[in-house]
Amino acid sequence: MTSNVSRWALLSLMLLLVPLGAWADWGALNMPQGVTEISNEVYTLHMRIFYICCAIGAAVFGVMIYSMFVHRKSKGVKPATFHESTTVEIVWTVVPLIILIVMAIPAARVLIKMEDFSDSEMSIKVTGYQWRWHYEYMDSGVSFFSQLEPTHNQARQMGSDIDLQSTFVPEAGNYQGEGEIYLKEVDNELVVPVGKKIRFLHTAADVIHSWWVPDLAVKKDAIPGFINENWALIEEPGIYRGKCAELCGRDHGFMPVVVRAVSQEEYDSWIAEKQSAMASVTEQSERQWAHQELVSVGEKVYQANCMSCHQAEGQGIPGMFPAIAGSEVATGSIDLHVDTVMNGIEGSMMSKFSDVLSDADIAAVITYQRNAFGNSTGDTLQPAHIKSLRDGLDISAPASVAALPDMNTTTGVN
Amino acid sequence: MSTATGYFIPHDARWPIVGSIGLCIFFYGFGLWLNEAAFGKELFFIGAAIIVFMMFGWFGLVAKESESGTYNTQVDSSFRICMMWFIFSEVMFFAAFFGALFYARSFSGPWLGGVGGGGAEMTNAVLHTGHDYVWPSNGPGDVGGNFQPMGWFGLPLINTLLLLTSGVTCTLAHHAIRAGHRKPFIWWLLATVVLGAIFIGLQIEEYIHAYTALNLKLTSGIYGSTFFMLTGFHGFHVTMGAIMLFVVMIRAIRNHFSAENHFAFEAAAWYWHFVDVVWLGLFIFVYLF
Amino acid sequence: MSSNDVTHHAPDDHAHHDHDEHGPAPGLMRWVTTTNHKDIGTLYLWFSLIMFFIGGAMALVIRAELFQPGIQIVDPMFFNSMTTLHAIVMIFGVVMPAFVGLANWMIPMMIGAPDMALPRLNNWSFWIMPFAFLIMLSTLFMDSGGPAGGWTLYPPLVLQMGDSFAFVIFAIHFMGISSVMGSINIVATIFNMRPPGMTFMKMPMFVWTWLITAYLLIATIPVFAGAVTMLLTDRYFGTSFFSAAGGGDPVMFQHIFWFFGHPEVYILILPAFGIVSSIIPTFARKELFGYDSMVYATASIAFLSFIVWAHHMFTTGMPLAGELFFMFSTMMISVPTGVKVFNWVATMWRGAMTFETPMLFAIGFVIMFTVGGLSGLMLAITPADIQYHDTYFVVAHFHYVLVPGAIYSLMAATYYWLPKWTGNMYDEKLGKMHFWISTIFVNVLFFPMHFVGLAGMPRRIPDYSLQFADWNMIATIGAFGFGFSQLMFVYIIVKCVRGGEKATGEVWEGARGLEWTVPSPAPYHTFETAPVIEPSTVTR
Ligand code: HEA
Ligand code: HEA
Ligand code: HEC
Ligand code: CUA
Ligand SMILES: [Cu+2]
Repeated sequence: MTSNVSRWALLSLMLLLVPLGAWADWGALNMPQGVTEISNEVYTLHMRIFYICCAIGAAVFGVMIYSMFVHRKSKGVKPATFHESTTVEIVWTVVPLIILIVMAIPAARVLIKMEDFSDSEMSIKVTGYQWRWHYEYMDSGVSFFSQLEPTHNQARQMGSDIDLQSTFVPEAGNYQGEGEIYLKEVDNELVVPVGKKIRFLHTAADVIHSWWVPDLAVKKDAIPGFINENWALIEEPGIYRGKCAELCGRDHGFMPVVVRAVSQEEYDSWIAEKQSAMASVTEQSERQWAHQELVSVGEKVYQANCMSCHQAEGQGIPGMFPAIAGSEVATGSIDLHVDTVMNGIEGSMMSKFSDVLSDADIAAVITYQRNAFGNSTGDTLQPAHIKSLRDGLDISAPASVAALPDMNTTTGVN
Repeated sequence: MSTATGYFIPHDARWPIVGSIGLCIFFYGFGLWLNEAAFGKELFFIGAAIIVFMMFGWFGLVAKESESGTYNTQVDSSFRICMMWFIFSEVMFFAAFFGALFYARSFSGPWLGGVGGGGAEMTNAVLHTGHDYVWPSNGPGDVGGNFQPMGWFGLPLINTLLLLTSGVTCTLAHHAIRAGHRKPFIWWLLATVVLGAIFIGLQIEEYIHAYTALNLKLTSGIYGSTFFMLTGFHGFHVTMGAIMLFVVMIRAIRNHFSAENHFAFEAAAWYWHFVDVVWLGLFIFVYLF
Repeated sequence: MSSNDVTHHAPDDHAHHDHDEHGPAPGLMRWVTTTNHKDIGTLYLWFSLIMFFIGGAMALVIRAELFQPGIQIVDPMFFNSMTTLHAIVMIFGVVMPAFVGLANWMIPMMIGAPDMALPRLNNWSFWIMPFAFLIMLSTLFMDSGGPAGGWTLYPPLVLQMGDSFAFVIFAIHFMGISSVMGSINIVATIFNMRPPGMTFMKMPMFVWTWLITAYLLIATIPVFAGAVTMLLTDRYFGTSFFSAAGGGDPVMFQHIFWFFGHPEVYILILPAFGIVSSIIPTFARKELFGYDSMVYATASIAFLSFIVWAHHMFTTGMPLAGELFFMFSTMMISVPTGVKVFNWVATMWRGAMTFETPMLFAIGFVIMFTVGGLSGLMLAITPADIQYHDTYFVVAHFHYVLVPGAIYSLMAATYYWLPKWTGNMYDEKLGKMHFWISTIFVNVLFFPMHFVGLAGMPRRIPDYSLQFADWNMIATIGAFGFGFSQLMFVYIIVKCVRGGEKATGEVWEGARGLEWTVPSPAPYHTFETAPVIEPSTVTR
């Protein structure tokens, strides 16, 4: 029987080694070291506790395995009869306690540092929505939404024919980017200056989200109705990618965070650009749009915001999401359609889009839905109409969907 | 059948499955009812009826076995242990709601009002500008509209006195039965049940007052939520306790108890005292402070 | 069997008072109306085995979807309900009922009691479970689908659920009733059914751990019931417990939930500690080392479990003082748990070990539980947890303590006591194979999750970035391997139930305790006459 056991043990060990072959990239197996002082300290702490745990494991398993090989009946040993010893009991209570204290001290030090929110130099309010982030630069008035980039959004739909390996891997040659970034790209990045202590104010509009950027070692829950503080001081310029880390519903896996840290000058000019772009949003909702223009903008808006539920061909998912194709709402009274999109449908996943989309986007997507997927109402809905509704309803227009001009990807305004 | 040690081990338990089916129908019906689906209300009541039927059957069976002397003292102490820990589990159920009250008053409330560490100040300044936290609160959203809190004077105070008195009468009943005085036992029991009934009546009165005169409702923010859930569950427990004592009284009238053997009464009395103590907690933390 | 010189009476020794008419009733109704602790134990164990395959099939749906990046098989919403129901089924439908089943079978036999204290209540505790899961699983077939907010049921997300929400809540209430009644029964049995001479410190560790577990259950399940009741009223009756607008707080739910939830994870492991503490001495042929300190350690773990709950909430924005407190208290749990591990190792030390299947599973338990425990310790370190939280590192942690932890202890227990239950020996060769195959695959399944977690893969997502692809593929292979090798387990059990080499009363050479003094299979009624227990009698 002994040989049996060891034969199996050996085989199992060998099989356990098989997966090691898949180690393409060792760096991708551990916590990133990050680019802030805090993230580095967290990394060091992580490695330290990891090594201590390994050592404890090695000691405990070592003794066990030694015992298993030596103290076995088949070797003819007679069992000893001892069964207690106050001394050893005290030793193995006190020694672990000491080890714990050794771990707790540096941990407490890092924690205290992390929780020091004083002296921040700028504030950004980060609001979680299902399923996008809203960023508001509290000092300069710039604000915008940020969500999964449309190509990624299309690629991740069930049954999409997009080949992830050849679309999102730079070596494949098709993708213009650094590294594999499938599901890690957004339409509007959060741009921040390096070398400044930035205070983040986290909150949410609907359910709990959690804003996480591993390289900055920040993760904080965004809780509706409350603000949580957090901070980061980024030392190196670069692009840092993160994710929503708290289950927030159907598309929780698809609300990435992208932070681009740039020099102060770059940052200043970016802010100025954003500010002027925001001014043009009002303009866009006042002018008259051509039917075709609305349809083509609407298609982009649809793909970015509605497709994940109502599906690419507007066919919906039976039992879960209604079809837009042939829908009574999308072919009947336009007022109901507008109301559905702007205010959502209580108690369903159809959320309120008036906060999220600009007047032009709402008008465009409605026009699009009424004239696509075989719907042929021929209706044209002008952004000005949405604006007047908003004014009447006293729903404040979001300063959002910032910067129509440089948002070719989302709204495609020329 | 009992074992050689005399411990009674029943066979062919038929009531539990009835209870399970009853509960299943009850919960299913309740779920449907909440969603305003067809047959919800009907199933709910059918389920409830089955549960009541099961309780009558099961407790009736136990009472009969007890009367016929099937149980020895060891069985008796199983029942005691069981009742004790059941009451403890009920205490923990209330603890959840007291915990919510405590948390809302000492943490979330002040936090929304801008007091506390971390992001409290910004929470108030950015999200709830101008909101001032003072306890009877329905939150920054003024959920449920203006309301007046329930004072402690008046009905709640009377209710406190009623329940305290009922605790005394219940104990007097206990003394009576221990001394083997059946008549006073029944009378004290009756007094306890009546006091309980008055309590419930006054509480209904209080709720009506809250809804009509104070605009204080279940939907009045966190104050309304904690107020009605705590007092509501308590009221429900008083009702159950009173029913238990009432049944005990009927059994006492039918001469089921002796000076030595009256656990059914004791269980109900423990329960009654537990309900009493919970009320004191309520009176202090919900009404007084 | 020198150590087991207990005087006892096998049932056929008895004077035949009205016994025989109370053997098992014929037909199906036997199982519905039974009050026999062994029958009820059997029902619990079969129920939990079936649920294991249901919960496991859900896990396989999760793993199949995660086999490759991209969404191939299920809608993200359905994926989320699989995650949620997988956890609920595994925790409330597998591990907890299985432990209660073992308690039913073994506690009366271990302490020398004729049955459980309240046999009718015992029947009811079981017969609630199938109905509770009927309601829970039926939500999958409702229009609005099963629960999809995670087993932690955090509002406001869970309040967005459609009509099936009410049913989920009621199913939880239903299960809670069962757990509380079952626990009360166990407490009453342990306190009240011990024959003279069976002092507390003569009880086997399994009885001790269950006593303490029962208290955890009685103290926390009602709190959970309260929490979900508040969810229900927030959803249907307009209360504001968890909404800031009305002065409540979503985080308040998390505090209440984890006040239950953390003790709950010890509910899932303390009886396992008891099982392992029975098995290791048997196969080491040596008395359990440090029995007294094992008892105190169990009690300390239980006590500490009430004051560590917020370690699940380090990213919710607790004040610094809170974070420090919960970090330190959580780390403290390692001390009593370490005492347990060290005691097991010391029990093995200089024993005369053999490695039958139960022992293999028990040793597998000790090693892999420790791996999971050590990653738990890492999670307790708040600044590091801010990086680990809600990633696959956490998933790896809790599966190590739950699968090669709790589930392994259940398998060990099954192999250990199966001969006692059925009177037949199971197939040792197949049992060993089952162990080795499971152990390989379970590591292939869960070990890679540490890596992807550290590298940044969040949990509860149906699709992931390309960098995680390799390890996820491997984990999925492990999952299918582990899942399908459990069919072996079923085969071995069924084979053993139907026949096999006859087991002796003692079954194992080094077995200690009263359960081994009765014949195998254990007669329908044991210890109707209380065993005589002298101070010298070996009962543990
Ligand atoms: C059986 C279940 C079980 C058990 C026993 C444990 C045991 C422990 N768990 Fe675990 N845990 C879970 C089940 C369990 N856990 C689950 C299900 C979750 C996730 C819930 C969810 O979010 O869905 C979770 C999550 C979880 C978290 C939250 C992570 C997060 O979401 O960010 C934390 C954080 O502190 C934690 C810590 C611990 C610790 C410190 C222990 C300790 O008890 C471990 C103690 C053991 C050892 C340390 C090893 C043996 C000791 C020695 C060999 C002695 C020497 C040791 C030293 C000197 C240190 N667990
Ligand atoms: C005791 C508890 C327990 C157990 C035993 C398991 C067992 C397993 N778990 Fe579980 N798991 C949890 C508790 C448990 N889990 C919890 C609490 C969560 C968190 C949920 C949340 O986030 O809310 C979780 C989450 C979780 C996730 C993360 C999901 C996510 O975050 O999105 C994953 C992913 O791989 C996973 C996988 C598995 C696998 C592969 C097994 C395997 O061990 C399963 C073994 C498989 C089988 C036994 C299948 C047998 C089936 C067949 C052979 C098919 C034949 C079918 C029939 C005959 C019907 N689990
Ligand atoms: C998360 C999923 C989701 C997203 C994203 C979403 N919807 Fe919906 N939508 C729904 C659901 C669910 C319903 C059905 C609600 C109901 O009837 O209860 C719905 C209903 C509708 C209807 C009414 C259809 C009918 O026939 O009843 C219209 C029109 C609509 N949505 C438009 C949009 C537009 C425009 C967008 C994007 C800007 C969008 N939806 C994004 C889930 C979604
Ligand atoms: Cu937002 Cu997850
Ligand atoms: Cu925990």
